[in-house]
Amino acid sequence: MIADDKDVLRDVWFGRIPTCFTLYQDEVTEREAEPFYLLLPRVSYLTLVTDKVKKHFLKVMKAEDVEEIWFEYEGTPLKWHYPIGLLFDLHASNTSLPWSITVHFKNFPERDLLHCPCNSVIEAHFMSSIKEADALKHKSQVINDMQKKDHKQLWMGLQNDKFDQFWAINRKLMEYPTEEGGFRYIPFRIYLTMSDRPFIQKLFRPISPDGHTHTLGDLLKEVYPVAIANEAKRYQVVIHGIEPLLETPLQWLSEHLSHPDNFLHISVIPAPSD
Amino acid sequence: MPVSLLWAVDVYGRVFSLSTGGQQWEHCCDAVLEFKRLTAVQQCCWGIACDHHIYLNVHASDVPIRYQEEAYENQRWNPVDNFSDRLLPSDRWQWSDITGLEHKPLDGFLLPSTNWEWEGDWYIDENFGGEPTEKGGWTYAIDFPATYTIDKKWNSCVRRRRWIRYRRYKATDTWAKIPSEGQSGPLPDPFNDISCGGWEISEEPRGRLSLWAVSLQGKVWFRGGIHHHTPEGMSWEEVSLPGEVVQISCGPGDLVWAVLWEGQLIVREGITRDCPQGSSWVVVDSPNPEVGTIHVAVGVSVVWAVTKDNKVWFRRGINSHNPCGSGWIGMVGEMVMISVGLNDQVWAISREDRAVYFRQGVTSTELSGKAWKAVSVPRDGDIRPNSSTSTSSLHSAGCFFSGEVRAQSVMSEDSDTEADPQRAVHEVGASVSSPPSVHLSNDPEAPKPRIPKVTSDSFISEMLSDRETKRDGAAATSIPEEEVTPGDAEAKSPPPALVLSPSQSGGPGDPQWSTVDLEEAQTHLAVGPAAGRGDSSDTCSLSSVVTCMLGLEGLYGPDDHPLWAWVSGGGCAVDCHTQLNWFNSVTALTSSIQAMSLSVSPAQTAAWRKQIFEQLNERSKREIDNFKHYEQAIEQSVWVKKGTMQWWRDWKPHKWVDVRFALEQFSGPEGHKDGIVFLYYNFNEEKKYLHAFINEVTILVPVLNDSKHTFAIYTAERTKQRWPIKLAAATEMEMHDWLALLSVSCCDSRGIQGPPSKQAIWSITCKGDIFVSEPWPSLEACPYPTPCDQMFWRQVGGHLRLVECNSVGVVWGLGYDHTAWVYTGGYGGGFFQGLASSTDNIFTQTDVKSVYIYENQRWNPVTGYTSRGLPTDRYMWSDATGLHECTKASTKPPSPHWTWVTEWAVDYGVSGGTDREGWQYAADFPTSYHGYKTLKDFVRRRRWARKCKLTTTGPWQEVPPIPLSDVTILPCGDQSVVEQIPLWAISNKGDVLCRLGVTLLTPAGTSWLHVGTDQPFKSISIGGASQVWAIARDGSAFYRGSVSTQNPAGDCWYHIPSPARQKLKQVSVGRTSVYTVDENGNLWYRQGLTPSYPQGSSWEHISNNVRKVSVGPLDQVWIIADKVQGSHSLSCGTVCHRLGVQPMEPKGQAWDYGIGGGWDHITVRGNNIEAPRVRMPSLTDALRPPSTLAARPLPAGNTENGNAVQC
Repeated sequence: MIADDKDVLRDVWFGRIPTCFTLYQDEVTEREAEPFYLLLPRVSYLTLVTDKVKKHFLKVMKAEDVEEIWFEYEGTPLKWHYPIGLLFDLHASNTSLPWSITVHFKNFPERDLLHCPCNSVIEAHFMSSIKEADALKHKSQVINDMQKKDHKQLWMGLQNDKFDQFWAINRKLMEYPTEEGGFRYIPFRIYLTMSDRPFIQKLFRPISPDGHTHTLGDLLKEVYPVAIANEAKRYQVVIHGIEPLLETPLQWLSEHLSHPDNFLHISVIPAPSD
Repeated sequence: MPVSLLWAVDVYGRVFSLSTGGQQWEHCCDAVLEFKRLTAVQQCCWGIACDHHIYLNVHASDVPIRYQEEAYENQRWNPVDNFSDRLLPSDRWQWSDITGLEHKPLDGFLLPSTNWEWEGDWYIDENFGGEPTEKGGWTYAIDFPATYTIDKKWNSCVRRRRWIRYRRYKATDTWAKIPSEGQSGPLPDPFNDISCGGWEISEEPRGRLSLWAVSLQGKVWFRGGIHHHTPEGMSWEEVSLPGEVVQISCGPGDLVWAVLWEGQLIVREGITRDCPQGSSWVVVDSPNPEVGTIHVAVGVSVVWAVTKDNKVWFRRGINSHNPCGSGWIGMVGEMVMISVGLNDQVWAISREDRAVYFRQGVTSTELSGKAWKAVSVPRDGDIRPNSSTSTSSLHSAGCFFSGEVRAQSVMSEDSDTEADPQRAVHEVGASVSSPPSVHLSNDPEAPKPRIPKVTSDSFISEMLSDRETKRDGAAATSIPEEEVTPGDAEAKSPPPALVLSPSQSGGPGDPQWSTVDLEEAQTHLAVGPAAGRGDSSDTCSLSSVVTCMLGLEGLYGPDDHPLWAWVSGGGCAVDCHTQLNWFNSVTALTSSIQAMSLSVSPAQTAAWRKQIFEQLNERSKREIDNFKHYEQAIEQSVWVKKGTMQWWRDWKPHKWVDVRFALEQFSGPEGHKDGIVFLYYNFNEEKKYLHAFINEVTILVPVLNDSKHTFAIYTAERTKQRWPIKLAAATEMEMHDWLALLSVSCCDSRGIQGPPSKQAIWSITCKGDIFVSEPWPSLEACPYPTPCDQMFWRQVGGHLRLVECNSVGVVWGLGYDHTAWVYTGGYGGGFFQGLASSTDNIFTQTDVKSVYIYENQRWNPVTGYTSRGLPTDRYMWSDATGLHECTKASTKPPSPHWTWVTEWAVDYGVSGGTDREGWQYAADFPTSYHGYKTLKDFVRRRRWARKCKLTTTGPWQEVPPIPLSDVTILPCGDQSVVEQIPLWAISNKGDVLCRLGVTLLTPAGTSWLHVGTDQPFKSISIGGASQVWAIARDGSAFYRGSVSTQNPAGDCWYHIPSPARQKLKQVSVGRTSVYTVDENGNLWYRQGLTPSYPQGSSWEHISNNVRKVSVGPLDQVWIIADKVQGSHSLSCGTVCHRLGVQPMEPKGQAWDYGIGGGWDHITVRGNNIEAPRVRMPSLTDALRPPSTLAARPLPAGNTENGNAVQC
């Protein structure tokens, strides 16, 4: 039997990154802080799933030494508003697991990170991404037709890791008229490690004007040709920790490998030089 | 819906067919002749060829048309010769029919026509009423005519035996000529129009059709006796007329309309099942009194007409009570002819471009449809011109229209038919010159010179003759030896411009090809602008085209579309929902179609998809599998869904009470999700609740009926009680939401997801719902099996009557309408939305079944039978029991998902027979009924049937075209994906069929191999070592000899005597065990089977109250039992499992009761999971009675039969 596309959705949702959190060495503690091991959901956000981490380290710290928590990997502050899987693919692919993240409670890097005082900030960020994606896909028609409780269900699904709850609603966001063969535009973002720009985002349709299906290769050729330049493979194009073939139809990718925020987050990273 | 064909004739008389699944007109290459008219039905196509003879093309089927001839050999005993063929002078013939009245010598049987062949020689029928005679087929009696018995007694003075021989219709997929014989010699004049239909008038005899024909002189003829066993029919009968008819149309039912020369229409009245040719005509005026009608087309309840000005008209108010309708409505579009097909769908040929148009949006509520849409697909000839067909059509057209007689040009079998074409030509000439059909083709003043004035025949002949002229001229230069016509009967002289110089035509290549090009060029030319139609422009454009074509072979532009003359949709099964790929102009859209299809179908197997699946697997290995001991970041919390429902309360008096219903879901200890359902109710003003753990729920059964949206929740405990939690939701949608949610929750709690395994046990309820259960190894454990009331069943979308599987995952199902379906490997469908359902493998499924009600009447001396009964009588309109009132108006389809598709009709197919009006008589209600009236009969009843249809979705794909009544698949072990899997089936007519090409990759197989039998069969099963057992309709059992991988169909049937006085109805064969069920509900085990004598020796009674049996690949025995007593109620149709079945003890010891009632079918033939070996020698030996041990049917260490993986 051929595996079903539904299984892809599950695999994507239940993707986990084994992580080891260690407290930054300069943080003041009362006794030595043990590292904390956790399976992080790839599709969620750091500040949404690290309550346990915070609790763990606060046990060894004095309240007056604690400011807003932030995370860093090998000197790079990790942006909580990027999905965890994206952060990992972008900064830590091809390194050994578990992923070692350093936890900070001081010296918040104002220039690099957004503040995240509470979960409602994450929710607002998440919902605005979904709305932006639907604006691209359906001129916002689907998201605007939904009720407030449907929006809430999307968020609750993500927050509580309820695949069924989330997809019961998200399914509608993935529909499109059969005769059009796909969304209006594919919501995607391409992230480059070697660039000052945070990411590349353009209008790109799933079907060419002459009726051809656009593939991942077509997108890269148009948006960031360097990634697939001919010479010996210099870059990896990674989505959810895997490298789809360039002939994969973009519409299919958008339906199956988008993050819960409905965006296809594509990392272009330098190929490991063996 | 199976693939079916739309037939059409182009203006050159070439026959094409277009499949509903296709995208190209296929040239009917067999047609040596040109055709004028076609009339198609699903099983065949009739046509009038240009020789004005009628031809029949019966579509080949995997089941051949066979007819059994029989004769009886009679003998009388005398003291000298013992039994001999010396009979008394008063006796019957020595060879006779069954009555003895007709002399029937074996050599007197002749084939009805050259389209038939004998299958073999005469042989003796050894079967007598389901019993093998074993005495050369003789049956004995005291004297002729008397009751015959198998046993010879002291007073048996006469004996007889039955000889049978089969003949087979061989002229399938070819055009077979039908002799134009009336009841008194050949018909006076040839045919001009033909229409076939009437199959809905009566189902008896099978495949009955009415064929109406119109002769050139305007007479109408009816052909009788056409049915499945005589596809050619018997003879023509003339039908008297009020005038001269030009065209006739016969619908699937009782509508027959015809067009008169004068332009009015006539409607046939009095068509019934006893009188299919009807009794009288009624005249209906033309839609426009100024302009006569030229064409009419009728369906089941529609009439379309075309008037001489090519306007299209739709007749209002047609129904079975009013075949004349009430008025005309003008429609958009100008057409030359119209054809109404199945489901009253409409095709037409447009006046403007001669294209075939399909009427869109025709539904049962909107019979006139919405708009015309052109069928624009290429013809196979357009893509690669076929030299042989083109040349052959040139030949016949040439000789036909030049009045030349050439032997090879017509399908002539004897010398006098050779003269026919010539005669026909003269008559064509005569008819063409008769008043209304004026030949205007050469009149340059006429505004539309090529539009036919009366029928499109004149158009064909016009085009043909036109083409002929040019072809003659051109061909004269290229292939002169073919066209030296000594008499030159040509009416038209070749235009001078057409004499091509050798330099123009003598290009490289062989002359045949240049002829082909000319023909194609002609087609090309003919669609050109109207300006090209005048003679002069015609010729010059032709010459230019010729030169052009010679230089550039294969130049067929997009405007080269075929010109059609006739279309017939009578065999084309489409409805407004059918997805047709006929409307995309290929040239314009090829690129986008290709692009789209890339992302749709081949995508399933595309490398990129495989890559993603593989990489995701690797990713979870890399990132999760080694780190499972890590804590999860998000703890699962409780999730609750609440609602209100009604509950059929547990205590008496039982009634529906309002309850609050809640499902609480949470994460179980091992990460499995679990939940509890709560049901809050009030009892004596006190708030109480009832709960069930989700992981204890064994099944959720929808019990949808027309009054409430009900479903039942079973646990093992409630299965024992035969008393589920019955709940009713407010709306259907709410019920489906709850069912889908609870179902997902149950599956989650048991860690079940995705499609069922290959070993799954499948079952079906009496409502046609499909359930599947994953078997545990402990299910067949001995001595402590898991009780089968603990099995968890989940629903799979679709609607079936029967399902069969084997242990490698091939699953077939049969619908109530006998359609065969193959399982696609998906899950969900039906009400399972979103994630509980796979996306790729779910398809639309339909099923049709009949709802029956009874009309009851009582006799009284004054008025005879009336619907006034005694006060104590049953309802005058009732169900079969008479206890419930069921009127035509109040009876609804079984559930809201079903919709009526027919009207109420008297059902003549009731057991016991009926009279001509469908009545069955009896002395009083309720007794046994008979089909004739006697003096003692005071009551009568008749059955009315109405068909309803269900449309749902499920992981099933249709296996067209043969409807089946039983199917069986060999349980086989692991095997390669291309190895053939034996699959046998019984068609709904009782034919035994063997499916070829069934493999893991192609579970639907490729074609049927028909296995001959002397009588219709009803049940079949194939088991270990390819043993095939079957049950005939008369209740006798048969064993098929020599079935093997090399010889998948075996070689002959061995008749196995039934248990005494019992008619068997179903058989199931396991690894070595053979079980049957008889019509009285007894379960029988076949004793004494050995590898050398696989037929066994005798039947042993196992149990009663059995409805069905399924024997698994390890000889497990499961049944559907009637009447199982639970602690709270009794259930019928319960799944039961035979306990204690072991290799040494195949009959087992006792029954274990599982889910039910209301179950109809189970198959355990996929479950080849061996039970864990728990050796407890002392215990198992103690369980086995010594007597059984001694009488064990099979020796230990039987290598051939002992292996389940033999196939």
